[in-house]
Amino acid sequence: MSESAVLNIQNLKSHFFTAKGEIPAVDGVSIQVPAGKIIGIVGESGCGKSMTAMSVMGLLRHPGKVVDGTILLADRDITHLKPKELAKVRGNEISMIFQEPMTSLNPVYPVGRQVQEAILLHQNVGKEEAKRRVIEMFREVGIPEPEKRYRSYPHQLSGGLRQRVMIGMAMVCKPKVLIADEPTTALDVTIEAQILRLMKRLCEEQGTSIILITHNMGVVAEICDYVYVMYAGKVMEQAETFDLFENTRHPYTQGLLKSIPRLDEKADRLYTIEGVVPNLLHLPKGCNFCTRCEQAKERCYQEKPCLYETGSGHGTRCFQYESEVQLDGQ
Amino acid sequence: MLKKILKRIIIAIPVLIGVVLIIFIMLRIVPGDPVTTMMGEHVNLAVIEKVSKEMGLDQPMYVQFFQYVGNALRGDFGTSYRLNRNVTHIILDAFPNTVKLSVCAALVAWMIGITAGIIAAVRQNKLLDRLFMGGALMGVSMPVFMTALLLQYMFAFKLRWFPVSGFDSPRAMVLPAIVLGWNSAGSIARMTRSNLVEVMQNDFIRTARAKGLREGGVIVKHALKNAMLPVVTMMALQVSSMLSGAVLTESVFGIPGIGRLAVNAIETRDMPLLQGTVIFTTVIIIAGNLIADLLYNVLDPRIREGA
Amino acid sequence: MADYENKVSVMAGLADDGAAQIGEADTWQDKAKTLVRQNKLAAFSAVLIVVIILMAVFAPLVAPYDHIRQSLTDRLQAPGAAHWLGTDELGRDVLSRIIFGARISLMIGLVPTLISMAIGTVLGLFAGFYGGKVDFMIMRLADIMLAFPSLLLAMVVMYTMGGGLINIFIALSLVNWAGTARVVRSQTLSLKEKEYVEAARSIGVKKPVMMFRHILPNCMPSLIVLFTLNIPAAILSEASLSFLGVGAQPPSASWGLMVVRGKKYLLAGQPWLAIAPCVAIMIVVMAFNFFGDGLRDVLDPYLKEQ
Repeated sequence: MSESAVLNIQNLKSHFFTAKGEIPAVDGVSIQVPAGKIIGIVGESGCGKSMTAMSVMGLLRHPGKVVDGTILLADRDITHLKPKELAKVRGNEISMIFQEPMTSLNPVYPVGRQVQEAILLHQNVGKEEAKRRVIEMFREVGIPEPEKRYRSYPHQLSGGLRQRVMIGMAMVCKPKVLIADEPTTALDVTIEAQILRLMKRLCEEQGTSIILITHNMGVVAEICDYVYVMYAGKVMEQAETFDLFENTRHPYTQGLLKSIPRLDEKADRLYTIEGVVPNLLHLPKGCNFCTRCEQAKERCYQEKPCLYETGSGHGTRCFQYESEVQLDGQ
Repeated sequence: MLKKILKRIIIAIPVLIGVVLIIFIMLRIVPGDPVTTMMGEHVNLAVIEKVSKEMGLDQPMYVQFFQYVGNALRGDFGTSYRLNRNVTHIILDAFPNTVKLSVCAALVAWMIGITAGIIAAVRQNKLLDRLFMGGALMGVSMPVFMTALLLQYMFAFKLRWFPVSGFDSPRAMVLPAIVLGWNSAGSIARMTRSNLVEVMQNDFIRTARAKGLREGGVIVKHALKNAMLPVVTMMALQVSSMLSGAVLTESVFGIPGIGRLAVNAIETRDMPLLQGTVIFTTVIIIAGNLIADLLYNVLDPRIREGA
Repeated sequence: MADYENKVSVMAGLADDGAAQIGEADTWQDKAKTLVRQNKLAAFSAVLIVVIILMAVFAPLVAPYDHIRQSLTDRLQAPGAAHWLGTDELGRDVLSRIIFGARISLMIGLVPTLISMAIGTVLGLFAGFYGGKVDFMIMRLADIMLAFPSLLLAMVVMYTMGGGLINIFIALSLVNWAGTARVVRSQTLSLKEKEYVEAARSIGVKKPVMMFRHILPNCMPSLIVLFTLNIPAAILSEASLSFLGVGAQPPSASWGLMVVRGKKYLLAGQPWLAIAPCVAIMIVVMAFNFFGDGLRDVLDPYLKEQ
């Protein structure tokens, strides 16, 4: 990844300081987001993908804290910005949409007003102008009868419409990066397709980069340019989408792909990766995945592998592919 | 919407009738003849009979009931035994005092309660939170007469900042208002805090932050409006509760309001007065419940605009 | 082989952790432990309540003096070595009276609350379960009861029946059922829709059995919390009624009565007569409130804070 990235996350570590101990939810994650591209982050629940996004946005609340790493937005270090400064960046240069459109909007205000708020916060325009921009954005994201919908309350809209409102809210200040955390998981499949298409169109037309967080490999295949696979707080494999699917290297990614049932295969039992996600308080001494890995060797239980380069723009955190070039530490 | 309101009002009517009926019956199964009670033991039997007839007390119960309701609908609640005045007038004389007291108490309660609740929620689990919530719980636990006596003792007697009783000057209203408002402030503080804490867990708060709103803005613009909805309902109920039952406060501070009127009526076995007072205060409570209901339906857009 | 063994032991270790997290059902011992751990105040209040109950039960043994014995020579003594809380206008030891008064307060707190909640529970179950006209009638009745200002209603009942402690018992037992009825009814309404009720109905379980064996146990957590929080309300009611003169009559050791009789001495230089019972009331009420609050946090899932 040699193009200059609009968002450069380097060795991010976010830990949760709980009564039971220190949980390394994000453990040395590095992600580069080039301009105008869609980056996917995949993994099971609890692997740290959402926490990575929250850390980047500065939305991490007690007891979570960013303990190490650097976040560069257009070459500007935003890791240690004061809350006041960070608030100017959030929603403005980098914005985020979430999984549950049903509950992500304030029920007591009309939706148009909530999007208008985003404009008024960051841009120096009057209320009327802001309202006009909101209506235009509604049209842009495909909300029918935008003037009428401006005054609607969230409970009067369907899930798909609400998610469009959320996307509108996130895009209205023309951010450089849009982080979408499982944006379609709560939606019907047909609506999901529409939303994904919308996001791709916005990316192409406005040059906004998108980080798409999901656990659905199908969605990844659909619109992502590059993918990071995360497990237990670390990146296990990263590659361009096609490369990831064609030349899958890491046993975990292989397991994920194998778990997708196929129509053209007959199986008595669906494949699953054996075992459960490890308790982050008691991670294994070796590779995080060693206890469930079918290909694990003695060394895997003792040492932690680094992220090795295994092809052009392809990295794998597995001793099987140990090479000279290390893209990342342990 | 209008249909809903009408429906609630219509349901309230049988409740009101039931109330009047129950009071009516309860006050008449008292052992002892009301006229004798009123006029004393040693009066001539003939006189008793004459007075009974005059007051319609010789009629069977259900006739008396309908007579009473008929009169009541015209605003006539009978004549007080002891004070020999129209009950309606007596009540209307006393009511403004209770209103004054309740308004002051409500203001005190709301200002202190809401502020304390917000601060406690924002500083959740820290010292201020525990302090305020402990204080609120104490406020709810202290019997009203205890607060009254304590404040009276300390501020009126020992420190002489306020008069011990009476209600004429603004100064005299301070202590009773605080006493009456104390419990309410505690309830409001607790409810505000717990609602605010709960609202802050919601997803739309996360969205507000993601938009770039500072924490203060998030609380004031997004969280509060959601959290205060049930609190407003509670406030309406508290007002009606205060209006109808500041009994203890009025007793201790000697305020001539409805509550004290009721106590006097009981002490002097003044049946019409007691009946009138209780019915009056019950109507206030029923009205208060209706208003609270209405407020809740109007303020919440989810209910107002329908799904 | 070594690989396999290694893997098994690591897996076993993980399984233990995993099992611990995937959650066993919370037994009440667990809940009690959570309460003690999280809410020290509530735990302390629980202990305090037990102490008060013991004190009341063993009053004759605990109280330093006979609480009825009058002594005109010892009148109105300030708190001191001989009488920790002083003596009242008839020379009776205030501390002993307070200890015996605890009996009254606790009895008034527990018995009428139990009775009124029992009435309310049954009515609420019927209302929620049968619905329709039954529901309407019961709920209107509850509305009527709730429309009365509670203190005034109790006062009217006392007016009808005369004063005295027994009558307070009866009054408080009969008028406070409406709140419980409402809560139980709404819980019944939502529990009625649950699958296990459907299942029970489909195998022919009769309605009354269903109400009491299936729905009632699920209302218990809320009922327990409600019970703990209604007790102090009952205690306060009695104290207020006695204060107003329509409750307990002399020479009863009711705390409310002690306050009103001590009132005239408040401004005359003997404040302990009124203050001591006030503080006693406050401590008992606060103990129940703190405990009830803590109990609600542990038992009632709807109110759990993250």
